[in-house]
Amino acid sequence: MMRQLLTLFVILPVLLLWQNSLAEGCPADNNTVRGTGDLGIVIERASGSVQIIETSHNTSLGRVEGLGDLSHASAVYSRDERYAYVFGRDGGLSKIDILNKKLVKRILQSGNSIGGAISQDGRLVAVSNYTPGGVKIFDADSLELVANIPATYGNHLQRSKVIGLVDAPGRKFVFSLWDAGEIWVADLSSPGNPTITKFKDIGKNPYDGLITPDGRYYIAGLFGEDGMALLDLWHLDAGVKRILDHYGKGEQKLPVFKMPHLEGWAIAGNLAFVPAVGRHEVLVIDMLDWSEAGRIKVHGQPVFVMARPDGRHVWVNFAVPDNDTLQVIDSQSLQIIKTLTPGKGVLHMEFEPRGEQVWASVRDEDRLAVFDTETFEQLNTLEAQKPSGIFFTSRAHRTGL
Amino acid sequence: MIKMLFIASVLISQTAAAEISSTRQDELLYFLKQDCGSCHGLTLKGGLGPALLPETLAGKPRDYLVTTIMEGRKDTAMPPWKSMLTREEAAWLTQQLQTGIIQQTAFAKGKAK
Repeated sequence: MMRQLLTLFVILPVLLLWQNSLAEGCPADNNTVRGTGDLGIVIERASGSVQIIETSHNTSLGRVEGLGDLSHASAVYSRDERYAYVFGRDGGLSKIDILNKKLVKRILQSGNSIGGAISQDGRLVAVSNYTPGGVKIFDADSLELVANIPATYGNHLQRSKVIGLVDAPGRKFVFSLWDAGEIWVADLSSPGNPTITKFKDIGKNPYDGLITPDGRYYIAGLFGEDGMALLDLWHLDAGVKRILDHYGKGEQKLPVFKMPHLEGWAIAGNLAFVPAVGRHEVLVIDMLDWSEAGRIKVHGQPVFVMARPDGRHVWVNFAVPDNDTLQVIDSQSLQIIKTLTPGKGVLHMEFEPRGEQVWASVRDEDRLAVFDTETFEQLNTLEAQKPSGIFFTSRAHRTGL
Repeated sequence: MIKMLFIASVLISQTAAAEISSTRQDELLYFLKQDCGSCHGLTLKGGLGPALLPETLAGKPRDYLVTTIMEGRKDTAMPPWKSMLTREEAAWLTQQLQTGIIQQTAFAKGKAK
């Protein structure tokens, strides 16, 4: 008995030590097996880097540097959730292996870009560019150019900045032309020879666009006039319809210190929530007939209006000088139920795939804050250099993200 | 002649700077980089808004640029910033942009606050 106990005392610590060394001594680029479903990247806008984080224990796994000017940046994922494609302000398109924390390839594909999308089948990556205005489409594996779509308009000599680029079912990309006031649908069924359907006079200065999660409706927000432009991708022949066009008639708009974003689609039941341009309001749209269902007064000018994945709450952040605040709206009562002040420069937030936690970038405090979405308690804070966009791998399997 | 202009611009720079504390100057540069940078790019090479590099601003009257910052520009995305900046501060920023001083200083190094 004594001997058995002794053996246990000797063996157990050794076993524990061995286990510990296994758990700790596993750099990502050896043959350790790991999934990527709980991974994400955070754009560090001033240093041109991304931080790789995981949401199972809310820790940082490392950093990939050398991505250029990320003052405005976004990312999409390969369908295996291993590669992130990062679109930078300087026209850089970077492919990152998030498992091995390595930059696989980086190309400078234009002078100035704004965002991108990945096709339904994961084979094509599209980038929307300001200079020269247009969309370029690349092979997702090699980043070789597949198609170039210049956003020409008017006399065909002018080129428009392109915004609001999303993927749509049927190997399509949909995007809007800021200068031209047009929505284009590019069909890449035959990749080298895209078919473009153009919708003109959709409204002045579309600033961003989004697509419903089912991939049916594309909506462009308008900066230059009231309302939004709606396109039913199931019925292209019906054309673009203006919605919410009576909104704000005769009211003085506030100066817009930061362009709002339409990312994802904040839906709860049949209600959709979008930022009002130049107003301290979130607009509520009844998706059954696309009419206005309400306006919610909020703390400042909304930038991102995002629904928790279950749709019960909608989280909102704001433009400078109110960008130290987050507000939470109850999607049934349309009341603000919580106001948080994580710190100056709250630029973006991202829900964990099932929505129990949300991550927020707090730029001026160089950190990320993670909140419980039920109790609104701050659970974690992680160091990050001037963080902006946060992108989790769960986006890989969602249309339009 | 170029030398004289340079000296003159340094003198103007010192005059303007004298009215704005160094703490505020740091704040203004941070503001320029992070908030103006949202549309004009962190490196000021442009985005939704035009580039704000010395060569793109060359020959544009300073008063005109200061007014653009303070009042915004109608029918564009440029808002009026007068609720957040004084005219002197906008003038100081304009001068930094036009002379390109900020390219070699705290701004370029990404100094915060």
